[in-house]
Amino acid sequence: MNSGSGQGSLLTLAGFFGVLSLFAIGGGNSAVPEMHRFAVEVQHWLSDRQFADSFALAQLTPGPNLIIVTLIGYHVAGILGALVATLAMCGPPAVFAFFVGGASERFRGKTWHTVLSRALVPVTIGLIAASAAVIVATTGYNWMSLVITVGTALTAYFVRVHPLWMFVAAAVIGMSGLL
Amino acid sequence: MSASLIPGSAEPPASPLSAAPQQPQPTLTELFTAFAKISLSGFGGVLAWSRRMMVEERKWLTAEQFNETYALCSFLPGGNVLNFSVVFGARFGGVRGALVAVAGLMGPPLLLVLVIASIYARYGDLPPLRRALTGVAAAAAGLMIATVAKMAQPLFRNRAVIGPLIALATFVTIGIVQWPLPLALAVIVPVSIAAAMVRL
Repeated sequence: MNSGSGQGSLLTLAGFFGVLSLFAIGGGNSAVPEMHRFAVEVQHWLSDRQFADSFALAQLTPGPNLIIVTLIGYHVAGILGALVATLAMCGPPAVFAFFVGGASERFRGKTWHTVLSRALVPVTIGLIAASAAVIVATTGYNWMSLVITVGTALTAYFVRVHPLWMFVAAAVIGMSGLL
Repeated sequence: MSASLIPGSAEPPASPLSAAPQQPQPTLTELFTAFAKISLSGFGGVLAWSRRMMVEERKWLTAEQFNETYALCSFLPGGNVLNFSVVFGARFGGVRGALVAVAGLMGPPLLLVLVIASIYARYGDLPPLRRALTGVAAAAAGLMIATVAKMAQPLFRNRAVIGPLIALATFVTIGIVQWPLPLALAVIVPVSIAAAMVRL
């Protein structure tokens, strides 16, 4: 754990995730590239491997995917960092949803709905693809992990399997030393 | 105008989320346990679980109400399920309802992930564990690729060009060139909205 400069890093955590939370279209996984850029490349809070590990641990934890934020906060400033990062990531969208959610019924079924859906769906697709690319890069282009990535993609596309089973299989393959 | 505005009616218009008389209403405790259960049973996205709980098990929402609320929540910034818990909790219990629902959703995974983080801090350098986590990260990247492939199919209908181009531009600026996210979205989203309006 890297304790950084105490309150300074807590403020940086709060500021970064607070702003990021409002740009995370489509949930936690689409914000992965920005988290990687800032936490690994700008702030050097984590190494590439620690980032990829945190991502994997977040996937293995039940609940919303944005829980990766808690792990990054924990790396930076322990339990306090974890709480600050999580609150910063959840607070602004929650306040937004609270007010817009109440007002939205008046706009129901209007054209804005169609426009936003058409406009934001391709952006979300691009963001998730970018997240996949960043994760593949951080796991280090090892040929076996590429095989796992491609194998999981094909399995998930063509067969209905619970993601947890694919994670278990990938962990076992990894642990067996083939990676 | 919404169809629920009946002219001359003194009754307030039926909103899509206000429960019909026969629909059960959750208490604050029920809100908390419902979202805690949704959260803890969902791996890699909790949409399917929240639907099952809200519509099928507790019958707090009709299927239609659920779809409408969820569509709204996916356009709001932040995680879909987080937004859903806020909108749903607020509808039944105001600010307190929203706080309780969010606490139910985020509290249990937060505690769980902190336990996992402390285990990782101690044993994360053991080679078998490291390799297992690399495997999981690789598999999760594969899952995202499959999601992208499934989501992208409707983009290519009607020989549309702009949708795939927007997705590609987002992928390249964020995933390859690695622009800061706010900068990339500030350029791409207005273009995408303009293109969507032209096609209306």
